[in-house]
Amino acid sequence: MSTAAIAVPTTKRIGVGASLRRNRRWALITSYFFLILFAIFFLMPPYYMIVTALKSDAEVAHMATNPWIIANGLTLDQFKILFMQTDFLIFFKNTVIVTVCVVAITMVVSVLAAFSLGRMKFWGSSILATGIFLTYLVPDTLLFIPLFQIVKSVGLLNSYWGMVLVYPTLTVPFCTWIMIGYFQSIPKELDEAALIDGASHMQMLTKIFIPVALPGIIAAMIFAFTVSWAAFVYPMAFLYSADQQVLTVGTVTSLIRGDVYKWGMLMAGALVAAAPPLVIYAFLMDYYIAGLTAGATKG
Amino acid sequence: MAEVTLRNVGKRYDDVVAVSNINLDIPNHEFVVLVGPSGCGKSTTLRMIAGLEEISDGEISIGGEVVNDLPPKDRDIAMVFQNYALYPHMTVAENMSFGLKLRKFPKTEIKQRVDNAARILDITELLGRRPKQLSGGQRQRVAMGRAIVRNPKVFLFDEPLSNLDAKLRVQMRTEIKRVHQKVKTTTVYVTHDQVEAMTLADRVVVMNNGKIEQIGTPNDLYHHPKTRFVASFIGSPGMNLIPAKLESNGSGLNIRLSEKLSFHIPESRAARYRAHTGKDVLFGLRPEHLTETRGSENGVGQEFPVTLDVVEPMGMETMVFFKVDGTEVCGRVEPTAAKKSGEEMQLRANLDHMHLIDPATNVVL
Repeated sequence: MSTAAIAVPTTKRIGVGASLRRNRRWALITSYFFLILFAIFFLMPPYYMIVTALKSDAEVAHMATNPWIIANGLTLDQFKILFMQTDFLIFFKNTVIVTVCVVAITMVVSVLAAFSLGRMKFWGSSILATGIFLTYLVPDTLLFIPLFQIVKSVGLLNSYWGMVLVYPTLTVPFCTWIMIGYFQSIPKELDEAALIDGASHMQMLTKIFIPVALPGIIAAMIFAFTVSWAAFVYPMAFLYSADQQVLTVGTVTSLIRGDVYKWGMLMAGALVAAAPPLVIYAFLMDYYIAGLTAGATKG
Repeated sequence: MAEVTLRNVGKRYDDVVAVSNINLDIPNHEFVVLVGPSGCGKSTTLRMIAGLEEISDGEISIGGEVVNDLPPKDRDIAMVFQNYALYPHMTVAENMSFGLKLRKFPKTEIKQRVDNAARILDITELLGRRPKQLSGGQRQRVAMGRAIVRNPKVFLFDEPLSNLDAKLRVQMRTEIKRVHQKVKTTTVYVTHDQVEAMTLADRVVVMNNGKIEQIGTPNDLYHHPKTRFVASFIGSPGMNLIPAKLESNGSGLNIRLSEKLSFHIPESRAARYRAHTGKDVLFGLRPEHLTETRGSENGVGQEFPVTLDVVEPMGMETMVFFKVDGTEVCGRVEPTAAKKSGEEMQLRANLDHMHLIDPATNVVL
């Protein structure tokens, strides 16, 4: 009698455990299937880009070869010609200057804006915060027409400094919005403790808020970097001489002549242009995750 | 170190009055506890002293200087918060020295002060750690350390023990008292826990609905409450309050609790209550004055039989609950003397400690 009473629940427990394990196995198999599917789907274009960049012009043009493999041997000719005989390095330098300036301006403006809007409650602060976000919703394809007039009137048409002026219209609203959220998640007592410790508002921002909200600031920096590195519409509209051009537009305009596509060089250019974001993402993502877990614990 | 004075202090948020007419004199070195239920205005009062809330009415002075319009940093105060409010990206030592660095103290003095405070609080080995590597009790010590290093005129504590578990809370309570005995800084401490208030305070300020109900030493409040609120709020379990009628009994007075139960009021108290003869009142008596009948250590009293509803053994004593005319009453008896629930028991009421409250004004008579 007592043996039976013990045996029944034991069998039941094994049954439940086995079904849980089976469930978990199926969930894992399904996850892996879709993850691999997506990985293949998204890695195919970069793979195609690398393979094409490492082929000779002759092999690219030869219709009979398999485009997915390098049949006639690796060559770095595409890169050599790109760097030596085109304006690619000028585009690259211009893009770096524009991006560094835009990220710097964006961070200064949006950290200060987010701190005042998120922390120093004043009349109209919440309406202003919403208003800033709304400006982000206006697409750049609409904004470039009025901005053209503004850029022209300040004499920055066909100058990459004009880009330093106009990109923040895309980056500042969204970065401010991200950081308002981060600043608001910091406990109120932390600024009160700082106030009592004798900090001014500026010291509170630089010594407490910026270090504590670093994950948010880095997320915002990544966003500002991506926007200004990859912007296309504004340089297309405002820049027209090669010495002022940036990577996105410059590569396309200089390597596509009429209906002649220099595929090898286009791919080599795209590869080099994609390298800095990749490196920066890889480096900052680690930092970002480390910062995220550190900030998650309430002081 | 300095005295703190509040004169007719009030705080309004638009039309809502959070605190009104607070008058309080805290002499140098005193440990004052503001206690009351949630929303009674105790934290608001503390934050006004700190300068974190603006003052709507009245005047606050610290060390003789009116501080109404001074920012927190110029008031020379230090505050310990409920959730510690430690800077998460700084080590314990950096947390403690932050205020001194901002005030441009020399490095050697900062180190000396931090080491000294760490020694007082026994956190020397934690100085290199970050807040997230510390337990709740350790964080609370660091928060206190941050206050101590500043050597301010006044310490302000805003429910500092609420986030700790029961055992640690008792331990830290003793710690806070020990630190105050060492550094002797004038302290204002806010809590909703009356046990904390009683154990820590030199004087307790009981607040309710944004007003001060009574100010006094813990013993004073416990034995001589002035209002119904203080009588029921101070003490755990609280004072029994039973609707009753005051009756004349020849030359003496009786208090009638129910048709069957009536007590003779001791001569020492009768004179005070005579003017209220015939009135409905609330009869107040603490559980420890409703005891078993054997022995005389509980003083003389009047015995009466009750039927026990609930019996709660606490180890050192046993709480017995019974009803008097529908009102639940608690008594405190020796564990060996307690009967079981449902059984009848003879109890003794020591009326030398009784209180009568006017139900219309809620004032103790």
